[in-house]
Amino acid sequence: MPYIPHSDADRKAMLQTIGVPSLEALFEDIPASARFPDLDLPAPLSEMGVRWELESLAEANLTTAEGSCFLGAGAYRHFVPAVVDAVISRGEFFSAYTPYQPEVSQGTLQAIFEYQTMICELTGMDVSNASHYDGATSTAEAVITAVNVHRMRRKKVVVSPFLHPEYRNVVRTYTQGMDLTIVGDEAASTDPTELLDKDTACVIVQYPDFLGRFEDLTDLGQAAQDVGALLIVATDPIALGLLKPPSAFGADIVTGEGQGLGIGLNFGGPYLGFFAAKKKHVRKIAGRLVGQTSDAEGERGFVLTLSTREQHIRRERATSNICTNQGLMALAAAVYMAALGKCGLRQVAELCYHKAHYAADEIDKLDGFSVLRDKPFFKEFAVRCPAPVAEINDHLLRKRAIMGGYDLGETYPEYKDHMLLCVTEMNPRQEIDRLVRTLKEVTS
Amino acid sequence: MKLDPEARYTESHEWARWDDEEIVCGVTDHAQETLSDVVYVELPMVGDVFDAADPYGIVESVKAASDLYAPVGGEVIAVNEELETAPELVNQDPYGDGWMIRLEPSDPDEFADLMDGDEYQAFVEEEEG
Repeated sequence: MPYIPHSDADRKAMLQTIGVPSLEALFEDIPASARFPDLDLPAPLSEMGVRWELESLAEANLTTAEGSCFLGAGAYRHFVPAVVDAVISRGEFFSAYTPYQPEVSQGTLQAIFEYQTMICELTGMDVSNASHYDGATSTAEAVITAVNVHRMRRKKVVVSPFLHPEYRNVVRTYTQGMDLTIVGDEAASTDPTELLDKDTACVIVQYPDFLGRFEDLTDLGQAAQDVGALLIVATDPIALGLLKPPSAFGADIVTGEGQGLGIGLNFGGPYLGFFAAKKKHVRKIAGRLVGQTSDAEGERGFVLTLSTREQHIRRERATSNICTNQGLMALAAAVYMAALGKCGLRQVAELCYHKAHYAADEIDKLDGFSVLRDKPFFKEFAVRCPAPVAEINDHLLRKRAIMGGYDLGETYPEYKDHMLLCVTEMNPRQEIDRLVRTLKEVTS
Repeated sequence: MKLDPEARYTESHEWARWDDEEIVCGVTDHAQETLSDVVYVELPMVGDVFDAADPYGIVESVKAASDLYAPVGGEVIAVNEELETAPELVNQDPYGDGWMIRLEPSDPDEFADLMDGDEYQAFVEEEEG
């Protein structure tokens, strides 16, 4: 079966058009030794043979469906109701691309509008965009928004040391060349409030934080407001089923990873970055917005709105040219939120909270283990361990097919031998008890 | 097309007018008509300094978003904060309540380089073909 559709005649015509005598001549700038390397590939297989080969490779993996998983740290195993896949697999939705033409895209536009509406209700904000790639990129876009709200005159960005370490990296990568000073995460003991000044464009905190802890952010919000800095809160949407929304603390922008809302772990992607803000920042925010309007006959309709902000019209002067959204994943989140409703989401959050607290209490009773309890926590908690985390995880995995926690010592030297464990509604009590029993073996 | 007899004009459809020692700037009647309904104006901050023809702000209408260019160089002494809540003033009264900024000019001679009303009118007619 020919995988390359061009015939020799096609190639000849193309080479003639660009005035190159042969294919070899076209690639002559590539060193000859690198041009046709010997790839040492195995012999071709039939489709059936390929399937067998791949299946046997896949079987070597331990998936979260087979083992039990207590790993979180930004990607969470929550239940995905069947209705999510049933809706997003429909042909009308499956080809996800930002819909430019309202006359042929009402279904997708309405779905995005409903997604935006539910994100606003969950976060307490006025306006949500149509989404970003993941929680890290939406947080980086929030920083760019904040800097633009201050017309690039404020160059300091304060980040909490307990913002997800990868989000902090992405913020730094995204804002390269913008001449920003990003401070606050040098040591775990840093208090972001003390770093706020008149040159600060924004302060970013995670709620619950990377260690799973949550606290009242009213004072930080007030301190930010006092110096005119924006408060950006990166949050877990599942936690908002139970906790006060970030709007209660005066958040200007709320971002986060939406993967927990009906999207599987998917080996790390595709995920969903949500981004919601106060209305007064609407002209500075990144991404697409869908709005509700009426058509010429007075019927309700949906369109991309405020397009002047971005590359449709402002082009090189736009505050961000990121206009791609995670359409299909935003739809999955909308279906999930609609299916669960307010009460369902609260139930999921309560299950996570209570199961995590049960697990923490049981682990705390073990010799050598102690749970960090300086602040209340939601579904994740840090545990000081009597042995290196890698060793414990190895034991858990080999002995009981348990995927253990995140090794905090990798990012925070202060938390050497500390494990970040995550418990969700997907961890039945027997699983938690087995985890506790297996941990006990480490010290005995 | 309305003109202000005391004002001078730029090819980017801004007007400038002396008011005592300061220069008041805005967009012309022709500009507001072309833009149609103005929905948002972003203005600089007091104390900002611009050279002539520097972009100093943005005017956004239901049809388009355009940059605003300083007719002359200088320091911003005041901005029209009314426009934040009432951008429609740009349409209603472009030479009066719809003003944008007041500048303390760095080189008062730059004002003389701008077009007078007749020249601007001819420029617009030519531009429109």
